[in-house]
Parts: sequence; C-alpha cells; structure tokens
Amino acid sequence: MASRTAPATQSPPIPAGLSRDQLLEIYRYLRLTRTLEERLTALYRQSKVVGGLFRSLGQEGESVGSAYALDRGRNRDFLSPLIRNLGSMLVMGAEPVQILRQYMAKAESPTRGRELNIHFGDLERGYLGQISHLGDMIPVMAGVALTFKLRAEPRVALVYIGDGGMSTGTFHEGINFAAVQRLPLVLIAEYNCWAYSTPPAKQFATAHLADRVRGYGVPAVTVDGNDVLAVYEATRLAVERARRGKGVHAVEVKTYRRKGHAEHDDQHYVPKEELERWARENDPIDRYSKRLLDSGWAEQADLKDIDERVRAGVDAATDACVDEPAPEPESALPAVYASPATAERLWFRGL
Amino acid sequence: MAEVTYLEALRQGLWEEMERDDRVFILGEDVGIYGGAFKVTEGFVKRFGEARVIDTPISEAAIVGAAAGAAHMGMRPVAEMQFIDFISCAYDMLTNYVATARYRAGLPTPLVVRGPCGGYVRGGPFHSQNVEAAFFHTPGLKIVYPATARDAKGLIKASVRDDDPVIYLEHKWLYRRIKEQLPEGEEVLTPIGEARLAREGRDLSIISYGATLWKSLEAAEQLERDDGLAVEVLDLRTLLPLDDAAIMRTVKHTNKVLIVHEDTRTGGLAGEIAARINEQAFEWLDGPIMRVTAHDVPLPYAPTLEDYVLPQTDDIVKAARWLAAY
Ligand SMILES: Cc1ncc(C[n+]2csc(CCOP(=O)(O)OP(=O)(O)O)c2C)c(N)n1
Ligand SMILES: [Mg+2]
Repeated sequence: MASRTAPATQSPPIPAGLSRDQLLEIYRYLRLTRTLEERLTALYRQSKVVGGLFRSLGQEGESVGSAYALDRGRNRDFLSPLIRNLGSMLVMGAEPVQILRQYMAKAESPTRGRELNIHFGDLERGYLGQISHLGDMIPVMAGVALTFKLRAEPRVALVYIGDGGMSTGTFHEGINFAAVQRLPLVLIAEYNCWAYSTPPAKQFATAHLADRVRGYGVPAVTVDGNDVLAVYEATRLAVERARRGKGVHAVEVKTYRRKGHAEHDDQHYVPKEELERWARENDPIDRYSKRLLDSGWAEQADLKDIDERVRAGVDAATDACVDEPAPEPESALPAVYASPATAERLWFRGL
Repeated sequence: MAEVTYLEALRQGLWEEMERDDRVFILGEDVGIYGGAFKVTEGFVKRFGEARVIDTPISEAAIVGAAAGAAHMGMRPVAEMQFIDFISCAYDMLTNYVATARYRAGLPTPLVVRGPCGGYVRGGPFHSQNVEAAFFHTPGLKIVYPATARDAKGLIKASVRDDDPVIYLEHKWLYRRIKEQLPEGEEVLTPIGEARLAREGRDLSIISYGATLWKSLEAAEQLERDDGLAVEVLDLRTLLPLDDAAIMRTVKHTNKVLIVHEDTRTGGLAGEIAARINEQAFEWLDGPIMRVTAHDVPLPYAPTLEDYVLPQTDDIVKAARWLAAY
C-alpha cells in the first residue's frame, strides 16, 4: 500500500535557508524530544508517572520541523500541540522540567497537578494546551487566528490533527469556519498510520488527509513527515502565505507511530515487519544526522556533544523535580471561577 | 457457578445477546481487533465478524446517529464510547434526536450507548467523568448504572432487549475489582427500573449507585463494627426512571437518609432524590436528607487532589455518624 510508506517528495537542499547553528538547533530539539521521552519511559516503569505515557517515537521530525517554521521572536506565532507533539512544545520554549513535573503530577507542575502529561499551555511562549477531546483545538485555534486578524497582527496560529482526530465533527466545523474567514491558520495533518488500533482505511475513504481539507478550499501539500527539513520547508511556505492574508493552509505529514497508542498498548495489531522497516530505514533522527554528516554541516563529534549536553540537561531536570511534593489536597478547590475564588469545601469534611 | 469480574460479566451479557438475536450489533472505536480500550469486546469480531462488530471513525455523533437510524429500521445497536467522557460529542444526537424520537414521531429507537465512567483511577478531567446528570434531565432516555457483576450482566441484557434508548454506564474502577459467582447456563436479567436492597438495617439508609455503592457498603460495615449502627444500603441500579417505591420503602423503614454519589453535588442526582423524598415521605423523616458527593470542581489528576475532590469511605462514615446522632 503506497500510503503506508513515506512519499518521495523532493527534500530541500541542506541548509534550506538555515544557518549551521539553526541546523544544529533542530538536531538538538529532535534529540531532546527523544531523550526526554525515554526518561519518561524509565520513570513510568518506576511508577513515578501517575497516568499513561504517550510517545512520539519516530514522529519527532514532524513536530520539531513544523514548529521550527514559526516566528518565535517578537511577534510570536502560536500553536496547539497534540499528545504526540512534545517536540513542538519544546521548540516553543517548554522546559523539560515542566514536562517531567506534569507527568508526575507535582505541585509545581504548570497545571499544579490538575491536568496530565503535556496538557498545558503558556500564552507568553505561544502554545495552548489541548484537552483530550480530539478536534476541539481546531475551532479554538481558529479563534486565536481570528484575533490575530482582527487586531491586524502579523501572527499565525498552527494546529495539529491526527488521521483519527480528523474524523471528529469539531474538526470539520473548525476548519471550515477558519477557511471561510480566511484566517491565518496552518494545519499540520499527521498521517501516522494508526489511530489507536484503527488504520486510515477505517477512518476515511480518501487516500490522503490533504484530499479532505482541499474540499474546504484549503490548499494542502503532502510531505515526507520523517524528513525534518521537508516538513520545515512546507510549513514555512504555509506560514508565510497565511501571514500574508492568504487564509488557511494545510501540510499533511506522512509518518509512522512506532509505539503503541500509549505505553500499556502492546501493538499486537501492528504488522511487525512494517514497524521494523520504519525503525530501520526511516527514523527521522537517523536520517537527519546522516544528512548533516554527509553534507558536511556537522561532524560526528558535534552531534555527540549535543547528545551529551541534552542528556545532562534531562538528568538535571529529573533530579530537580523527582522528589518534589504532590499538591496539597485543598489546593483542588480554588480557581473554578475568577469569582468566587474558591469552591465550597463540603460539609462532611468539617466533621 | 463460576467467578466472574464485573467486566467479564458485562462481556458475557453482550456476547449472549449477540448469540441470541442477530439484530444486535456493536459499533465503536477500536471495538474490533483491539477488543475495545478495556477489552469488553475482546474476541467478538472473531466470533461475530466485522459486519456485526464495527470499528468506526472517531465520530461519536455519527456512531450514535447511525445507531438511531439502524434502530428505527429494526436493528438493536450497541454503541461503545471509548470513554464515557466522549459522549458529550454525541449530546445533540442523544438529547435532540434519539430521546424525542418516540414522542414526536412514534419511532422506536431501541439502542444502547455504553462506556466506561468514573474516577478513582487517576484519569484526569477527561477520562474520569460521570455523565448521568447531563442526561438525567432528558425525558425519553433511560439510564442504568450497575454496581455488581450480576447487574453488569443483567442490565446489559435488559438494555439490549429494552424498546427504548438506554445509556448503560459502567464504572472502570469496578471492572476488575468486583468479582462474583454467577450461574452458568442460566439467564441473568436485571429488570430496568428496579433498585436493589444491598444491605438491610434500621438506623439509617444510604442511597447510592456505581462505585460509591461499594464505598457505602464498606462504610456500613465499619459503622456496624465500631458504632453498632445498622445501616441499610440501597443500590439504585437504574437512575432513569428512578425506583421511587424502593426509595420510599427504605426511608420509611429507617427514617434517615444519606445520598451518596461520585458525581459533583450541584445538579447531581441526589438533589432530585431528596426532592422526591420530601414530596412523598416527608413525615417519615427524623432528620435532614444529607448528601455526600464530589466537590464542585473538574476532576483533577494528581492523586492527592483526586482523593480530596471525590467522596471517600471515611466521608460516608462520618456523615452517617452525624446523621445517626441527629
Ligand atoms: C472525541 C474523542 N473520541 C475518542 C477519543 C479517544 N482517543 C484518544 S486518542 C485516540 C486515537 C487518536 O488517533 P489520531 O488522531 O490518529 O492520533 P495519534 O494517536 O495517531 O497521534 C482516540 C480514539 C478522544 N480522545 N476524543
Ligand atoms: Mg494517527
């Protein structure tokens, strides 16, 4: 099946308009995403992670490449990640220690233990946390983009959707709304071959996710999601056009979910050879490293040095928070509303 | 007799209905080869085939809407919500279309929407919800919520056979925690609309359902042991329609009532139950009708916070003591 392999899109020449420092920075975000998730896996096995653990193994390239195409300067663009877009949050400035605290439900976590995993946002850094209900962030990010348009700010909103999540009604309402309003919104549609155990053929009847959004008048391209520079380049073009008032644009990234839906899922429904082939031949970090080395933009020692510094950073972040306290029980009550400031403590707790 | 879990009992009930009636079919996300997120339909696709065990897109409104259309045409669909929290995406279909179909158009809509509910599992705000109150307000729907393995089986079978739309709520904290001996080769059916006296007593009644039924029973045992109190516990089992007769019977027997549910307080079912007792058995009361419920906040993720927000056995013990002394 052609759709279950990466498309043979033209990869942009290295450096794709990027400086050597930027090329290495992209490498660092890729490595950081993977190393941090590997640390979370270790903490999960030690029962230090409170709930489930979701990996983006094999998909780091599309998260990092797409977010890297945003303006992170004074007029910060804005994104909303999904569960497998840790890399995009790191690019926007989320700190490893915040991620670790979230997963371990620490008092000092960004949501003070209220929400799980990477469900958190930072309006300053430019990302909005998702809720579990798939599709819900599409209309919300349309609203973010609408504000940019109303205020005539040259900013763009970027939002992710999975090959499963695109089946929700909310997705379709949101993308159509944004298209009609010609909002500066960029959609990253992730074709990673699975939605939990469900393959694309049971999710939609077109060959590509791009085919579906074109029906709303949204220009869409399909790229090799495991070629980080191809994703970067396609997103950069989409962002540029959206910024120039040309409305919603979509980039479909073909990739592969190499772990189960979450850590508990043994993926018995996944063909083993297919999984092994993607791991062996199409790992986004292996591919990017090789390109950097082959084209002379980096030496093995440069990459090794980044790997080591990333590991040291993740070690330090882990040490900093692993023994931190859980939230105080009564801290569950405040801030349901702006006013009243706290919810009522029920009568039986006073007995 | 064989010992089965709550989850296995539910699975058996569904299986038996699929065997008995070929109009019954299942639709939902990952219900086929994966067997559902909690394995309720494990093995079904192998036995009944992909035509009767349908893996759907992630489209809850379409799942429920298609179930309604099929039900009109004489089928008996059972729709799974992967987590009951996602039933909100089908709220319009259920409350506007499904619930009104018989009344406005004389359309039979015998469908079941089922899914894992509830907290105490560190699921955070979107994998722990209790949704009964959101649908309790809608005439035309029925709501059942088993607490025991026997009723998990008996109520799914009754729900499939019922001629009206039924929301079947199953508690994921009970799935593998609750085990019970069930007869083999004998039909287990729990009539919809009938509560069950789970424990007899004369000092005080606790009315509950779902996971807090077990916490209420635990509290009752502790109160008997430590305080010599005989606490009666009523398991509602069906939430819509409520079994008024059973509720009033226990009120008249003990004259004091504590209503316990895991859902938040404001707008929760306890309010309606209290109002009915007030209307139908006011003069039998020897104390105020009291509630032990979750606090009125979204359910947080951290164990310390979740434990604080949700009602615990110790809360029930203290509340019952207070009421007994009233
Ligand atoms: C509205 C809704 N229904 C069901 C779910 C349960 N669910 C969580 S993730 C998932 C699969 C998502 O697949 P996809 O969108 O392809 O994302 P991926 O896991 O591949 O990254 C499902 C069914 C949900 N979160 N939201
Ligand atoms: Mg997917």
